[in-house]
Amino acid sequence: MIEVNGLTVKFAGVTPIDDMSVTFPVGTCGLIGPNGAGKTTFFNVLSGFVTPSSGSITAFGENLLKMADYRRARWGLRRTFQTEMAIEKLSIFDNVAMIHEHSGAKRASRRADVLGAIDFVGLDASPRTRVGGLGARERRLVEVARAVVGKPKIVLLDEPAAGLPDEETGHLSQVIQKIPAYIGALVILVDHDMSLVSACCQTTAVIDFGRLIASGPTAEVLRNEHVMRAYLGTEDTGEDVEEELL
Amino acid sequence: MTALRTLIDRGTMIRAGIALALFLFAILALPHLAGADWITTFTSVAIYSVVALGFGILYGRVGMISLGQVALLTLGCWIGARLAYASSMPFPLLLLATGAITCVIGVLVGLPALRLSGLYLALITLMFAGAVTIVLSVTDFPNGGGGFKGTASTGALTTSTPPVRRPSWATADVAFYRYTAIVALILFLIALAHVATKPGRAWASIRESEPAALAAGVNITLYKLWAFALASFITGVAGCLLAAQVGVPRAITFQTQDSLTLAATALIGGIFSMWGAIVAGIFNQLLPFLFQAQWGVNTNYLLIIFGAGLLQVLLTAPGGLADQFPKDMANLGRLIVRLVRGSKPAKEPAG
Repeated sequence: MIEVNGLTVKFAGVTPIDDMSVTFPVGTCGLIGPNGAGKTTFFNVLSGFVTPSSGSITAFGENLLKMADYRRARWGLRRTFQTEMAIEKLSIFDNVAMIHEHSGAKRASRRADVLGAIDFVGLDASPRTRVGGLGARERRLVEVARAVVGKPKIVLLDEPAAGLPDEETGHLSQVIQKIPAYIGALVILVDHDMSLVSACCQTTAVIDFGRLIASGPTAEVLRNEHVMRAYLGTEDTGEDVEEELL
Repeated sequence: MTALRTLIDRGTMIRAGIALALFLFAILALPHLAGADWITTFTSVAIYSVVALGFGILYGRVGMISLGQVALLTLGCWIGARLAYASSMPFPLLLLATGAITCVIGVLVGLPALRLSGLYLALITLMFAGAVTIVLSVTDFPNGGGGFKGTASTGALTTSTPPVRRPSWATADVAFYRYTAIVALILFLIALAHVATKPGRAWASIRESEPAALAAGVNITLYKLWAFALASFITGVAGCLLAAQVGVPRAITFQTQDSLTLAATALIGGIFSMWGAIVAGIFNQLLPFLFQAQWGVNTNYLLIIFGAGLLQVLLTAPGGLADQFPKDMANLGRLIVRLVRGSKPAKEPAG
């Protein structure tokens, strides 16, 4: 479980996260909101790239903000990035092994763990294929394999389906849904694809202008009128809008 | 076993076989085929291949551009000469000690790399190369005298200056060439052992994206300095070999622009591959020899060729010759097969 209390992030003149308090229970949680709502900034705070001006984050009983950024991976925090960042020059195996090496997981089980993670995401390419030669879908899967290898506690997925056509999102969605059962990690999924969020997340939190505006079971949250207003900017919400959102 | 086979494929085995065959040819057959005047050039090729390898590790693997690599070679040469005159330690120990001291200096030079990148790091390292040239023009190389500078009281190098010693069983040029080639091979293997394992993967992740590397738990400071340490160590060892090859090194032969030429040839050879470093060594040392000693052409024309080559590489073949040449050969092979078979389309090779 991750408990966020009164989190505030200030850049010069901008407050991308403004006194945000939210709890993410174990399982897969969605984090949605319009562009600029503060989703990625929140991930950057969790990763340690951004230091908040106030507030606290407790993850599985640990004060996350006290931890040095590069130690968080070893502790059990993983993330993917909006723009996919699998390492082009390395093979699929090396891409995943590289994460395993810095995760504190046992060296003896490295080969098995890495091949297991590649198998888990359903990559059919040979593990020694260079990532530079892979397509968008496969690269996203490599990123997910990197995020789940070595039994992390928390997996942050930042728009994993960005740029993928619908039919390819389907497979990715199935993989994301299986993550909690595979490694028992808490998954936070940020995406604009509401069908992906609905399919993967039991609970969803919605933020806008750096504040939490709704949270709870995904289906309820998506029907919430504040949420619709945040996305569409009108009071005039009806059935059509809901369909569009879903 | 099957898992192992998925990782060590036939291609790797074939490449290792070719490398071994070429190396054996280089140390066994080449000295007999080429004349005596070629041997010292071959030794230089081996030495500068190692320097280019250091550049390739920094820029090709980690993404840090250092234009001070020949300056580090010069320092290695100076330190090697100084230690050789000052002590009677065995030659391999001399190589290690020179490498270790150059390594410390290289890490200090690399410290700005933790904050700077791209053009600024290039400028800082080039300034370092310039500073080495200037300091060396004042102190010059040791000639067996006392004090820190190791220069004899007359101050000037004379014909009576004893040369830097070589290994006892490799004093002749051919034997020393073989010795140098074997040391270079060992340095290449050390680099390969880094690149193919944990540090190499961490470097690749830093090169791809520092935030992503940080999120993956890579200690960026440690791995960047590690790369500088490795590159400086091998360059220092190469410098010590150079001191023993030249015998009486002179400051005048080391210019700041050598570091730039080395960077250019390393890029032309290919910075992502170990082969590229060897191609760079050949371009850097063998071509000037051919131009000057064999064909009687002014070596300054080489700068034009290197410039054109660099432009070609940067525009069309970022992997350099080491990457492009096999592709061109494969294309040529396919073309020949097509011509031989007539109109029948040639089969595409796998991969």
